[in-house]
Amino acid sequence: MSRIKEFNLPDLGEGLTEGEILAWLVKVGDTIELNQPIVEVETAKAAVEIPAKWGGVVSRIFVEAGTTVEVGAPIVAIDTDPSAGPLPTDQPGPTPSAESLAAVEIAPAEGAVEPGLIGGPAPGGRTAVLVGYGPKSTTAKRRPRVGTASVAPPAAAAPAVAAPVVAAPVVAAPPPPPPPAPVAAPAPVARTSGPVLAKPPVRKLARDLGVDLATITGTGPLGSVTRDDVHQAAAGASQAEAAAPAVTTPAAAAVFDTSREQRIPVKGVRKLTAENMVASAFTAPHVTEFLTVDVTRTMKAIEKLKERREFRDVRISPLLLVAKAVLLAVKRHPMVNSTWSAATNEIVVKEYVNLGIAAATERGLIVPNVKDAGRLTLRELAEALNTLVQVAKSGKTPPSDMAGGTLSITNVGVFGVDTGTPILPPGESAILAFGAIRPMPWVHKEKIKVRQVTTLGLSFDHRIIDGELGSKFLRDIGDFLTDPEGTLLSWA
Amino acid sequence: MANGESTAGSDAPAGGFVQLLTPDGERVDSVTTADGTTYSVDFTDDEYRELYRDLVTVRRLDAEATALQRQGELGIWASLLGQEAAQVGSGRAMRPQDMAFPTYREHGVLYTRGIDPIMPFGLFRGVDQGGWDANEHRFNGYTIVIGSQTLHATGYAMGVTMDGKTGTPDGEAVIAYFGDGATSQGEVNEAFVWAGVFNAPMVFFCQNNQYAISEPLERQTRIPLYRRAAGYGFPGVRIDGNDVLASFAVTRAALDNARNGQGPTLIEAYTYRMGAHTSSDDPTRYRIASEVESWKAKDPISRLRAFLSKQQLADDGFFDEVDEAAKTLALDLRERVLSMPDPQPVSMFDHVYPNGSPELDAQRAQFAEYHASFEGSDH
Repeated sequence: MSRIKEFNLPDLGEGLTEGEILAWLVKVGDTIELNQPIVEVETAKAAVEIPAKWGGVVSRIFVEAGTTVEVGAPIVAIDTDPSAGPLPTDQPGPTPSAESLAAVEIAPAEGAVEPGLIGGPAPGGRTAVLVGYGPKSTTAKRRPRVGTASVAPPAAAAPAVAAPVVAAPVVAAPPPPPPPAPVAAPAPVARTSGPVLAKPPVRKLARDLGVDLATITGTGPLGSVTRDDVHQAAAGASQAEAAAPAVTTPAAAAVFDTSREQRIPVKGVRKLTAENMVASAFTAPHVTEFLTVDVTRTMKAIEKLKERREFRDVRISPLLLVAKAVLLAVKRHPMVNSTWSAATNEIVVKEYVNLGIAAATERGLIVPNVKDAGRLTLRELAEALNTLVQVAKSGKTPPSDMAGGTLSITNVGVFGVDTGTPILPPGESAILAFGAIRPMPWVHKEKIKVRQVTTLGLSFDHRIIDGELGSKFLRDIGDFLTDPEGTLLSWA
Repeated sequence: MANGESTAGSDAPAGGFVQLLTPDGERVDSVTTADGTTYSVDFTDDEYRELYRDLVTVRRLDAEATALQRQGELGIWASLLGQEAAQVGSGRAMRPQDMAFPTYREHGVLYTRGIDPIMPFGLFRGVDQGGWDANEHRFNGYTIVIGSQTLHATGYAMGVTMDGKTGTPDGEAVIAYFGDGATSQGEVNEAFVWAGVFNAPMVFFCQNNQYAISEPLERQTRIPLYRRAAGYGFPGVRIDGNDVLASFAVTRAALDNARNGQGPTLIEAYTYRMGAHTSSDDPTRYRIASEVESWKAKDPISRLRAFLSKQQLADDGFFDEVDEAAKTLALDLRERVLSMPDPQPVSMFDHVYPNGSPELDAQRAQFAEYHASFEGSDH
């Protein structure tokens, strides 16, 4: 046994195929103990620390932080007996062998196993299990068969595609197990009597593939129709289709230049964002309304606030007053702060506001929220918003900060655009887009003046919020931003 | 016993719980519940020290198992971190003749039964099916399906009565473990009904660790879980699940009631799962850090250690020795787990029927032949 031991990325959670190295907690040359945390790895399920499997000295780190690694690939090598002196020079540090890097093969095509059964495939190449999201199905690497050429036939090739049956391997000494013995060109033979014998999963397969069981001659026990029989019948049919002359040909070859295309794997925050957006856009019927308002007084109010002693050391932005406007308007229209609960057929109106702020980060869009923002003073709210944004930018927002949002603001103004039609975060019923504030010609006291103007866009879930309520809510936010002091007094 | 409200413990949830050792290590002499039952313990100095050793040992073994999973040596692990007192106290309250029906997290109970802690590791490493001899160990198989073991236990307990093994101070009692989430399962409610109606010698020991994976307690119940027992017609008691003394005292009393023919009891051990549900779970997605922090202050081990120190029952030398002994056990466990043999592929045919069957034999032979057709096969 070599004193240098390679540690391969294990499957950290029931069927995961890869993980991202978040950070190394040790570096080459460090002396480590058994079970000392050495690396943080994030998988689809959790970010975890991996403890060292051996004590010794870190002799090599194969993958840098930020890299996504397949399960089974070596990530670190540890010299388990450093006291034995330097390694002989003719023994170079271990290199990840091609074999270990390719230790995990891709999942078999869906449909290769009976779908819908436990252990069968579920959408996304996953396997249906009793609890939770299941493992990805993988095929094990097989040893070569006795007496065959070095090229082993692919194990468990998808039967539906394998029309010309793979040549059976030549087996040397023992009596060869009977080859699958496909019925050559299964001629449709109508059964003369009795029901067709086939197991329920085979019947389902036949139905899925559009094969009439009655037209198949069964090769199974008692003449029952087997899965292979159904696949063969289906393959025969599709071959017949393929043999038919092509009806259409592409009019002109499309111009594709794959060398100039970049393929970005969809994962992490991007994947989550996409799933949330699709779920929201196709579940909650969105309506968006716009309101352009003169926020000159809000900008003046911000200047005044900045001069006040208690706000001296805190950053005050227009977003703060927009957030306050939203919180005050929610108090007047509690229904906008609610959730459509399809499971219980209820509208859940929340008396607390967990105010979400959409933040663009290097890892993508996230929407952390300020918990119970309605209870905060303006100063506390300012601090909470600043912390939220800073933590988000540093990429350290914990998942609990992103959970439980009830209503959100997206500040698209920072990108210099006027407004947008935001999509609701799942579970929320309203989201406000806050556009850029620009000096614009505006009718003020019957005269055209240059005023600070912005456009608000409010999307809401029309299942809960009617046009009237949405409009009043948006109008109130606009009123506050037009005249914060006056509104505060009149609402008090 | 009736419903056991108690005022003990400033850290108690509304309705109180039985607590004999506070988080600061102060010993509460005895606790009398609303129905007049008084709970206490009378341990020798050595017994206190051995309880401490149990707690530290099961936590250390659990930590080793968690590390082994992270190192790819176990497929999954369900950690007991935070629940040591509930398990060790109730486990030590059992008598040799009693029978336990665990979930997949009862490593601490298993240890207190005097069973080699390696026993469940074959299951988690995937080299066996966890099919140990339940009768030999007086410890049923780890049950993965939520709550179903409560029915197995109740049926077993009814059998104990039919065998005439109850009704005396040396009778046999049965204890079933389950969690807060399981209380929403039909099986658990059926078990309550049958155990109540047939006066089965049962103790239902619910470790309420506040989360059914990610689902919080308020999604399981509108009333404290121990009060459910009233509806089934037997007593329910809530204990501080992080207090090993309360766990011991109340479980011992409930088991004695059962063995004396007085029927079932529900014990709700109010505790907290400090780690993930299993190694496949990320609790930061559904729990806030401040909640976890507040439970750290109620740690079951630190309170007993504080008690031992204050009472001058143990010194640093003892604590160091316990840590060292636990570490030795853990490293030995690690070595033995790593050297567990992989099962032979044909062994999966071995336990299907007691005496096999022609079709099974044919399948076994065919499978063996298939395996022999690969290079490097030794059978």
